[in-house]
Amino acid sequence: MRLARRLAVVVALGLTLYGVQLLLSGGVIEYVQRIILLAGINIILAVGLNLISGTTGQFSIGHAGFMAVGAYGAAFFGTQLAPGIAGALGAGAAADALTFNLALVIGAVLAGLAGLLVGAPSLRLRGDYLAVVTLGFGEIIRILFNNAQFLGAATGYFGDSPAGLPPYTNFFWVYAWAIAIVVMIRNLTFSQTGRSLSAIREDEIAAEAMATPTTRLKVLAFSLSAAAAGVAGGLFAHMQSGVRPEDFRFDKSIDMIVMIIIGGLGSISGAVVGGIFLAVSLELMRDLQQYRLVLYALLLIVIMLVRPAGLFGSRELSDVLRARFSRAPSAGSGVAK
Amino acid sequence: MTLQERESSAGSPITGGRNKNPILRLEKLDKIFGGLHAVKQVSLEVPEQAIFGLIGPNGAGKTTLFNVITGVYKPDGGRVWFDGVDISGEPPARIAARCVARTFQNIRLFRAMTVEENVMVAGHHLHQSSVLAAMFRTRAHAEDEARLTKRARELLDVMGLGEHARAVAGSLPYGSQRRLEIARALMLKPKLLLLDEPAAGMNSQEAGELQRQIRFLRDQMGLTIVLVEHNMAVVMSVCETVHVVDHGETIAEGSPERVKKDPAVLAAYLGKSSEAGS
Repeated sequence: MRLARRLAVVVALGLTLYGVQLLLSGGVIEYVQRIILLAGINIILAVGLNLISGTTGQFSIGHAGFMAVGAYGAAFFGTQLAPGIAGALGAGAAADALTFNLALVIGAVLAGLAGLLVGAPSLRLRGDYLAVVTLGFGEIIRILFNNAQFLGAATGYFGDSPAGLPPYTNFFWVYAWAIAIVVMIRNLTFSQTGRSLSAIREDEIAAEAMATPTTRLKVLAFSLSAAAAGVAGGLFAHMQSGVRPEDFRFDKSIDMIVMIIIGGLGSISGAVVGGIFLAVSLELMRDLQQYRLVLYALLLIVIMLVRPAGLFGSRELSDVLRARFSRAPSAGSGVAK
Repeated sequence: MTLQERESSAGSPITGGRNKNPILRLEKLDKIFGGLHAVKQVSLEVPEQAIFGLIGPNGAGKTTLFNVITGVYKPDGGRVWFDGVDISGEPPARIAARCVARTFQNIRLFRAMTVEENVMVAGHHLHQSSVLAAMFRTRAHAEDEARLTKRARELLDVMGLGEHARAVAGSLPYGSQRRLEIARALMLKPKLLLLDEPAAGMNSQEAGELQRQIRFLRDQMGLTIVLVEHNMAVVMSVCETVHVVDHGETIAEGSPERVKKDPAVLAAYLGKSSEAGS
């Protein structure tokens, strides 16, 4: 029963996504499509980072590194797997879809493992120290790719064909993955594990005194967060026909932090909105040409002044709606008096 | 295990519970911070299902003693035995998982979380389903959550906080925050409960209610309780044994009545130095 209902929801969502995909590819120019895809990728990045930085309160400024691991992993293994899968299934949409998703999963697993490797030693540190260490690891990962000959070193990795990586990334897959990841992370956040992660953020000493395995949980959240960044990396790679080390510089990590701070640290809804904001705001200001970066910076400052805790604070969309609906009748009774 | 089952497994408390083997035994415990000898050769035994008071003037080392017992600090000498096992130097989470729970003198709640969530956090080791089960919301996970919520509500009712379950912990009045810390500690299913100044900041009515609750925890739930407290009315009324420390050293131990008349204790509390007294 439960399974049947879930299956129905998944099928309905899939059909909706596919419908929107058809509409978009017919009716919207490629430039706008690209922004929509970037927004979806940003959502994955922001919601993933929010798990460790927002919910658990452990700052990472190295997430671009994990995105790079996912991007290179998915690109490389996708290229290696494609001929075999095409041979078995016959070249076509089914083979492409299988190759792509397998590649994304491999990218996510590799990024998650990288997260485990980085997180296990460094998550014993707190606050600024952790931030600096993750920053260092992020750069180390990028420099490794910059020097890996079999991945094209500084030029980047473009697969086997002269046209570059196959453009697998489309609206359907980006938003299917985004929805799946948001739902999984939301479920985790509102469970015992999520409560324990929040407890670590609120007071680590008290959490330990309540038998919470703090280090294990922090490493878990960090790896999951890195794995989400890995998926985003894989989607990003197949959107741009290739992966270049300079796509994953330190400022990419900062972008991710801006997303979750604008949205409100610790709020999943906020991370979603923040991800979309970052993809859209700069593009909306394109007519202003060289002034747009100035305006963008101003916009960030204004948001922080007006809403220091971000657009959502630590609340979720559901909390905001509930507050609105419960306030309406009480306002009515106030009028009646 | 529900509260009721726990009650039945606790045996016949009050009479049957006393004079068993000590559940907590400190053996010549030392803790040194730089030049400060905060805990000096302290030895004590807490019998099972006792209510044991630990008192002394400010800065006597009571909280430090709690921190050494619960693993926040590693002892510089001596041993801590809990339930026949040497736990000295173990990390706090492992000691807590051995069913040693505590509250904090300077209230350490998870302030931004709800009252109910605060309590549920301490149920982590009772939760069996995996992270994947949580992500995919399996039935096992739903049952686990329901079990934890039920137990958390029962404990909040015991501490008289049932109606505030959905409130944000940081918004509670001071006395309620202290009782919430106890409810959270109870979620661990402790055998030993260490209370660090539970009555601080409470008015006399709240303190009276607290005394009743402390007795309930021992009599009905079979806990052993060690209490650091400055409110002498509370200490004298609930504790069977009182251990007095000053400058990190034991200066007296015995029934409240005896300790009250002990010259060393009077000297420590009234500010006379022991040299002047002798």
